[in-house]
Amino acid sequence: MWHRKVRTVALCAAFVSLLTTLVATGAHAEYGDVVINNYSDTAGMRPVVFPHWFHRVRFRCKVCHADIGFQFKAGGNDITMLKIIDGEFCGACHNGDIAWPVENCALCHSAPPGTPTQVHESTLQKLVSPDSSEPVSTKKPAEPAAATTSEK
Amino acid sequence: MSMKMRALRIMLMIMLATLYGLSGVGDLARAEAEDSTPQIQRAAKVNTFNRLLKPPSERNLPPAEDGIHDPTSEGTYLLQSPREAFDSLPKSNSGNRVDWVKALEEKYIEPRFDRFDPEKKPMVFDLNIVREVKGSMPDVVYPHKQHTEWLDCSNCHPAIFIPQKGANQISMASILMGEMCGVCHGKVAFPVSECRKCHSQNKTAEAKN
Ligand code: HEC
Ligand code: HEC
Ligand code: HEC
Ligand code: HEC
Ligand code: HEC
Ligand code: HEC
Repeated sequence: MWHRKVRTVALCAAFVSLLTTLVATGAHAEYGDVVINNYSDTAGMRPVVFPHWFHRVRFRCKVCHADIGFQFKAGGNDITMLKIIDGEFCGACHNGDIAWPVENCALCHSAPPGTPTQVHESTLQKLVSPDSSEPVSTKKPAEPAAATTSEK
Repeated sequence: MSMKMRALRIMLMIMLATLYGLSGVGDLARAEAEDSTPQIQRAAKVNTFNRLLKPPSERNLPPAEDGIHDPTSEGTYLLQSPREAFDSLPKSNSGNRVDWVKALEEKYIEPRFDRFDPEKKPMVFDLNIVREVKGSMPDVVYPHKQHTEWLDCSNCHPAIFIPQKGANQISMASILMGEMCGVCHGKVAFPVSECRKCHSQNKTAEAKN
């Protein structure tokens, strides 16, 4: 019983210290902004910032997440410039027809070099770790939390 | 109750308790970094009224000041500031600080349902699913209506939810971890801190005990 308590307290302490150290990064970004940086850094380009707020004023989620097929996962779509100029992903609209075309590199590639892939201001970013790009959120949404099944 | 469950409970409690306040902790680090100032000024800086809550002046910042756009890139200055765009939209208390449901309903915005055809309308599905909650919190009402305004059935069924009332195990812990409702809420749709938007139906007398 006693050591159980000690472990619980230690866990709390670890969690609280995690909170205070980790929240510092990107605390001013707009809610839902996604930084995509699977390839940009290595290619010597600034990472990409995708603003959800700007696009949801103009399109329902369904247009991108069902019709065009973006998965609900920051960095989870393996986007390249070749796919974009062939009309996939951002290229489905940034083609000079629906929206301005790809030669405006700096409008998409706008993050400071080294900014990791993540969705900004998320609950997870604030509560767990903002700089680990592979946090719990990368688990597939279809898997129910293992721990919750044992609760009932 | 097992050790694991107890730890999970406590973690969940801490997470819920901190949800409200954490938006501005970065300010702490900044305040600590600048300490060449005289004692009185330093004391004032350290003992600000809101230590953890982000002040209104730091919400919806223009791209060059938001920390994830490079202020040394000329492209950054061509982008729109969310503050300017949100100025005329209905407000909410968290996230983008925009009430997106109201903005859509009252036609402040008219986001396309089809990439090419601005006239195409969604097939809205009006079915509420009530999920009873143990304990003091009001029951959860999941409305298909507001969701199918924005989303396609295939965005949720079957990958996130089996389309059958009660067939899915949902808990606050999984939502906070970014699963189930938390795939969207806490990332793009309104954040988890808006308890009453989901927990919206008071319990009936007999369900309480
Ligand atoms: C509409 C937005 C958009 C525009 C405009 C754009 N890019 Fe990209 N680009 C992306 C995205 C998204 C990625 C994937 C980022 C990643 O994963 O790091 C990417 C990746 C890249 C990559 C690395 C992957 C690859 O395909 O080699 C390079 C290099 C690149 N872009 C160069 C450019 C250049 C040069 C321009 C201007 C001619 C440009 N981009 C314009 C969105 C854009
Ligand atoms: C213009 C296209 C577009 C629209 C409209 C759009 N999204 Fe996205 N969404 C994206 C892109 C791009 C990503 C990032 C994908 C990547 O990094 O590979 C994304 C990622 C996401 C993620 C994953 C975040 C994470 O990592 O956990 C969620 C959740 C999401 N979107 C929800 C929504 C919701 C809800 C709406 C409607 C309110 C919406 N999106 C509207 C393009 C869009
Ligand atoms: C469903 C269509 C669609 C898709 C897909 C799309 N965009 Fe856009 N985007 C638009 C439209 C429309 C605009 C507004 C264009 C204009 O102002 O002429 C825009 C504007 C932008 C802007 C400028 C915002 C501002 O402040 O003016 C950025 C940055 C951007 N998109 C990035 C991206 C990136 C990165 C992707 C892919 C990950 C992407 N977009 C995918 C339609 C789309
Ligand atoms: C944002 C996610 C989401 C979207 C989009 C969505 N649903 Fe659902 N649906 C749910 C949830 C959550 C439940 C309840 C599951 C539970 O109680 O375990 C549900 C339940 C259902 C049920 C079972 C009802 C019952 O009484 O058993 C049907 C049928 C259904 N949905 C059909 C649809 C159809 C058709 C669409 C598109 C028009 C749609 N859903 C879009 C989340 C969604
Ligand atoms: C696929 C993404 C997605 C999932 C999963 C999802 N939602 Fe939503 N939900 C949205 C979007 C988008 C809106 C529109 C409002 C916004 O963006 O803030 C919304 C709106 C709502 C509203 C309407 C609020 C109002 O002001 O009328 C409620 C209530 C709600 N969600 C509850 C839930 C619950 C409960 C679940 C889980 C059973 C859930 N949602 C799962 C995307 C989602
Ligand atoms: C996006 C919708 C949503 C939001 C926002 C939300 N909840 Fe929940 N909550 C749910 C759902 C769904 C369940 C599961 C109900 C069930 O058992 O079917 C739940 C369950 C709960 C439970 C029961 C224990 C458990 O973990 O299942 C508590 C307590 C609770 N919520 C508290 C809160 C508090 C406090 C907040 C605000 C910080 C909040 N919720 C915000 C959807 C939400």
